[in-house]
Amino acid sequence: MTGDKKKEFSGASPDLAFWGSSLNIQDCYQCQKCSAGCPVAFAMDYKPNQIMQMVSLGMKERILSCKTIWVCASCYTCSTRCPNDIDIAGVMDWLRQSALQEGVTPAEKEVPIFHAAFLDSIRTYGRVHELSMMARYKIKSGKLWDDFKLGWKMFTKGKLKLLPSGVKRKKEVRELFASSSDFVHRKRNPS
Amino acid sequence: MKVSYYPGCALHGTALEYDESTRAVSQMLEVELCELPDWNCCGASSAHATDESLAEKLVSRNLKIAQEQGMDVVIPCAACYSRFKAAGKEDRLSHQPPAEKQDIHILSLLEFMSSAALMDKIKALKRRPLSGLKVVCYYGCLLVRPPKVTGAKNYENPEEMDRLMTLLGAESIPWSYKTDCCGGSLVLTRTDIVRHLTQKLFDQALQAGAEAIVVACPLCQSNLDTRQEEISRASGKKYDLPVLYFTELVGWAIGHRDAGKWFKKHFVNPMKLFTSHGLT
Repeated sequence: MTGDKKKEFSGASPDLAFWGSSLNIQDCYQCQKCSAGCPVAFAMDYKPNQIMQMVSLGMKERILSCKTIWVCASCYTCSTRCPNDIDIAGVMDWLRQSALQEGVTPAEKEVPIFHAAFLDSIRTYGRVHELSMMARYKIKSGKLWDDFKLGWKMFTKGKLKLLPSGVKRKKEVRELFASSSDFVHRKRNPS
Repeated sequence: MKVSYYPGCALHGTALEYDESTRAVSQMLEVELCELPDWNCCGASSAHATDESLAEKLVSRNLKIAQEQGMDVVIPCAACYSRFKAAGKEDRLSHQPPAEKQDIHILSLLEFMSSAALMDKIKALKRRPLSGLKVVCYYGCLLVRPPKVTGAKNYENPEEMDRLMTLLGAESIPWSYKTDCCGGSLVLTRTDIVRHLTQKLFDQALQAGAEAIVVACPLCQSNLDTRQEEISRASGKKYDLPVLYFTELVGWAIGHRDAGKWFKKHFVNPMKLFTSHGLT
C-alpha cells in the first residue's frame, strides 16, 4: 500500500483513504446486485452493498471488525456484475489489509490464521507444503481434530506429501517477504 | 510445440493426478511442457487478501523466469492462472511493460487444450469415446472472473470444456451453475460454508441429470470430491458423484494406459460408472 496510491474520498472518515484509484466506491448507487449474486451473503453480517454504503459513511470500526470481510470467498461475482464497474472483491481485499494493519481483532479468527500458515509455508519453502501448512493452521487455530479422517484418507491416497518440494533459491523468496508489509505476520512477530 | 508450464503447489500434492494426466496427455499430443525452473508459489488468496504488494512480488518472480524462457505459460490451476493474469495485466512493481505485451501469453490449461489445433489432434487420437456418459462441466470462479483480468468472453456461460467433452463423445448437459463458487478459499476455515455451497452444486448437477462433474481446477476438484461423504451423512441424502479433471477424461479417451491409476486417487472412483456404460 504505497502513499501515492492513496486517494481520499470526501464524505468518508479521513482515516479511510481509498487505496488505488480503481476503488471507485463513490460510484455505488445501491442497486444490490453484488449482494444478490454473492454466494456467501447468507453467512455475512453485512451484505456487500451495505459494506459499500458503510465505507462511504466512514463507519470504519464497524467495517474492520465485521465478519463479512473475512467470509468473502474472493469469487469476484460482485466485481464482474457491478453495473458501475466497482471492484467490490478488491475493496474486500483492501478492508482485510486495513484490518490487519490496524491490528483489529478479526471477527472470523481462523481465516487470518489460515492465511498466516499459508504464507509461512511459502516463506519457508518457496512453495506451499500442504501437510505442514495444515498442521500449522490446526495448531494455531486449535481446530486439531477437524477433518482428521478426511486428511488421513488424502494421505493414504498419496495426496499429501510428507516432504516438501521447495524452491532452490529460497533466499530470493525470503527477500520478497522481507521487503513487504506482511501485516498478517507483523502482528504475531513484531520484528 | 513447446510451452512453459507452471504446475503450482497443488499439482505437486493434493492434485497429483491433474499434473500426471496433464503431462501424459501433452506428451500424446506432442506438446512439450517445460516446467518453469525454480518457480515459487503464486501466493493464492492468502497473499492478495492480506498483502497486495507481496502478492504482486510473488507472481513477478515467476513472470521474470517465464520471460527468460520466452514461451507462452500454460497454467492448470485456476487460482494460479488468475494471479498470473492479474499481475501480467498490471506489473506495477517493476514498472515493466506487462508480460503479455512482451509476446508471452498466459494461458489456462483449459483454453490451451481447447484450441483448434489441439482439439484436432485429440479427435484424431480418440480411441475410447465416452459414449453415453452424462456430465456437467464446472468452471468455478477464477478461470473466468473477473473477465477484465481473464479476458473471458462468455464469463457467465463458458463453453470450452463442454466442447471438449462433446468431442470425447460424452453428453455435456447445460446447467446454470457452471461458474458458481464452491468456497475453495474457505476450505479449512469455514467448512460449513463449503458444505453448503458444494451441496447446492451436487443437487443442481443431479437435477440436470449428470453422472459426473468435470472440472479444471485443483481446488474445486478436491472441495467437491472429498466432502461428499460428510455431506451425505449430515443430509441423509446419498451423494456419490465422480469429480474428474478434464485432462483425465481426455487421457482416457485417447487411450492413455495410466488413466485407471489417476482415477484411484479420487474419493469417488469413476470406474463403476464407466463399467455401467460399458466403457471399460
